Amino acid sequence: MNILRGAWVILAKDMLIEWRTRARLNALLFFSLATLFLFSFAGSSDTSLLRQNAAGYLWLAVLFASVLSMGESFRIESENSALDGLRLAPADPRSIYLGKAWGNAILLWTLAVVLVPFMIVLYDVSLTMGLPRLLGTLALGALAISAPGTIHASIASNARARDVLLPVLLFPLLVPALLSAVRATALVIEGDPMDQLTSWVRLLIVFNVIYWGLGFALFPRVIED
Amino acid sequence: MPDPLEGAGLAVDVQDVSKRYGRRWALAHVSLQLRPGDSLLLTGHNGSGKTTLLKVLSTTIAPSLGAVKVFGSDAKVDREAIRRRVALLSHANYLYEDLSAEQNLRLLARLLGDDAQAQVPTLLDKVGLKARAAHAVREFSAGMRKRLAVARLLLKRPQLALLDEPFGELDPAGIAQMEGIIRDLKTGGTTLVLATHLVEQGQALCSRRLHLSEGRVAQQ
Repeated sequence: MNILRGAWVILAKDMLIEWRTRARLNALLFFSLATLFLFSFAGSSDTSLLRQNAAGYLWLAVLFASVLSMGESFRIESENSALDGLRLAPADPRSIYLGKAWGNAILLWTLAVVLVPFMIVLYDVSLTMGLPRLLGTLALGALAISAPGTIHASIASNARARDVLLPVLLFPLLVPALLSAVRATALVIEGDPMDQLTSWVRLLIVFNVIYWGLGFALFPRVIED
Repeated sequence: MPDPLEGAGLAVDVQDVSKRYGRRWALAHVSLQLRPGDSLLLTGHNGSGKTTLLKVLSTTIAPSLGAVKVFGSDAKVDREAIRRRVALLSHANYLYEDLSAEQNLRLLARLLGDDAQAQVPTLLDKVGLKARAAHAVREFSAGMRKRLAVARLLLKRPQLALLDEPFGELDPAGIAQMEGIIRDLKTGGTTLVLATHLVEQGQALCSRRLHLSEGRVAQQ
């Protein structure tokens, strides 16, 4: 079976499970909203400082939620050894990787988009460079978290301390992506008089190319014996 | 005297296979040959290595030592070719709890190709789950899950069916139905490996027997 067609089948399956239960998206939404609120309480009461850090708070909320989201995406595969069922179907492991990573990215992007209005209200920010640029930046950031996140979630899913292991493995890797996503989002919010946005977006694209390539190449080794 | 199976088009050719989990050898120097259409009863106490052998044959796990060929394909080199021809009915049922019975089968059918889609309603009817097709697997009893797992196996139209305790969790009617399904597979020329503690039922369905004890072939 064609790798992309197989990936589409896996993605459709994950979206269908999400739609039937809606458990993951609801939990993520409330968790991320609580995180945004807590940042606004824990941070300074100075609104200019909150505005300055808004992009960072948004991405930290998405990052923390991503650990729950990607862990859950492999929990449903562990239940009844469903992942073995996919392997034996047989589905190409690269299709499984792409399907699950796309699904994770879509979920994180949706979550980030839903959080934006709350960020605007809580931190009193405006989108100086417009919504389309923000949506594009959020998409690149979600893809950048999902590519290494999916492969590490599959590794952690077999470990005893999986809930601790995933962030320990993932967060150090994501520093360049997080830095780029925060800076790019901050520029979209505050404006970009020095024309720096392109550089940060390029860095995000390079990160994506590297980690989607690595995930595609390494995932078969991760899930086979 | 030359081995009569040597050079033949074997369905299963296991050569001196061992599998180690940590320090424990779950399989030790197991060899086995099956011709297409053969049916093998696999017996042994709990922990004797039956499930491990079935997993090795299905390529779910790789052996630590030895060589496995299924229909001429080497399990180390071409797992996908083996997986296309083999189906495993295991203790794990490979089902998604939050999908319905029909959605679980349709997922597999999509991975297998368009021809399989048309079989889904027929198979749900065959295993007695037509009325519950739209219900989530989470609502199913253990016996119903087993029936759905059987439908999943049949959907693949396997040339080698590996059945691990196929009668477990089934009521008497289900057991009789399962026996019928196994007979149909045999009649259709499917090579069978059946692991069960119900030796009498197994012997009635299989032409050969292999007894495992502590991972080794004790009797063949």
